[in-house]
Amino acid sequence: MKKNVTIKVNGADRRAAVEPRLLLVHFLREVAGLTGTHVGCETSLCGACTVLLDGRAVKSCTVLAVQADGRKVTTVEGLADGDKLHPIQEGFWEEHGLQCGFCTPGMIMCSHDLLEHHPNPSDSEIRAGINGNLCRCTGYQHIVAAVRNASKKMSKRATARAGAR
Amino acid sequence: MYPRAFHYHRASSLKEAVAMLSQLGDDAKLLAGGQSLIPLMKLRFANPQHLVDLNFVPGTSYIKEEGGALRFGALTRHAEIENSATAAKIPILHDCAAGIADVQVRNRGTIGGSLAEADPSGDWAVVLMTLSTEVCCLGAKKTRTVPLSDFIKDAYTTALAHDELVSEVVVKAPPKGSGGAYIAFKRSAPVYPTASAAVQLIMDGDVCKDVVIALGCVGLTAIKAKDAEAALRGQRITDKALSAAMEAARAAADPQSDMRGSTDYKRALVGALVKRAIEVAMRRAHGEQVEVGHIYA
Repeated sequence: MKKNVTIKVNGADRRAAVEPRLLLVHFLREVAGLTGTHVGCETSLCGACTVLLDGRAVKSCTVLAVQADGRKVTTVEGLADGDKLHPIQEGFWEEHGLQCGFCTPGMIMCSHDLLEHHPNPSDSEIRAGINGNLCRCTGYQHIVAAVRNASKKMSKRATARAGAR
Repeated sequence: MYPRAFHYHRASSLKEAVAMLSQLGDDAKLLAGGQSLIPLMKLRFANPQHLVDLNFVPGTSYIKEEGGALRFGALTRHAEIENSATAAKIPILHDCAAGIADVQVRNRGTIGGSLAEADPSGDWAVVLMTLSTEVCCLGAKKTRTVPLSDFIKDAYTTALAHDELVSEVVVKAPPKGSGGAYIAFKRSAPVYPTASAAVQLIMDGDVCKDVVIALGCVGLTAIKAKDAEAALRGQRITDKALSAAMEAARAAADPQSDMRGSTDYKRALVGALVKRAIEVAMRRAHGEQVEVGHIYA
């Protein structure tokens, strides 16, 4: 029996009648048409499908769409402000924090959770913060540099905002 | 990869969830954080016909300090425990919460779900076994409180009746002079440990007044290493006493050979983890602030 759900995805309500077994990642990709969230291992190990559920990183292959009913989901498509990239996206761009790019959306969303809660992480805190995300190209060095770059940008902007008040 | 089709029921209270379990019968399962159950369902190892979702029940996620004990709501997420100053008063609880899988899993997974699943590789049962822990089980007619040692019966088997659920986990604060530590060895963050060791002890100067040692992932349930405890109890913790405890822990382990390692490898590993955990627990018992993390291959 299908169930009606309303999930706020990147600020817009998405309503659909879904089978209870529909996973959140498939809701995002197939119902909402947002294919930025990738399906990797499907067994909760690789982190490619990471999105924010009410602001916290989760693996969307291990959450049912019905569990996200009435809640807010942010995907990688929801980070940029029009053409203006989010500082984390800029960080990955500038430091070349990707090779094939498959793990990148998950890496970015997990880094978002990290930087929201630990604005100035050390390299080892960055590594621990994204240790649920696997990069098969093994480009971790650049990914860590990208997150470090993003954290500097974000704290600089936060300081500028505080100074403007 | 989809789970087999099932009927979904959303409980609005724990009492209603219990009533749903009674009504739906054996084919119903509870959904807490879902970090084990959903993968098991996708792999078709678990095929419940009905899922009763607890995630919309209000007031089930909390950490309260009350009467010399910490009370955890059944749906308290690992991440909430990891970030709780109240929970950090018992450092071994922080070691456990902060080391479970990765941040994504910790944001969803729950302490009550972990105990109720009773996975032989789960972290909470090993750690909570070293403390005085009780599990509150809510049934249709009554709530009963079961000591953790009686709660876990076997691999994936607990004292819960079909129409009962874990409502709260109560952990007594250890006495003054106590210290504890939990260390796991993992191949990578998202996977279960290869082996783990939890130690909670009470020091009087350099003499170990009392100690509990539990081993994880090396048996069908967490194993209490009684002979290892006896090797330390009432003793000064010398290198000789440590070696004896390690040897006894290795003997108490009953590991299976699998993709995480052979029987001999896991035995050797768990001995080394016990030694490290004792050393950290001792320093903490003496009032030292010690950060400890899991060891990654």
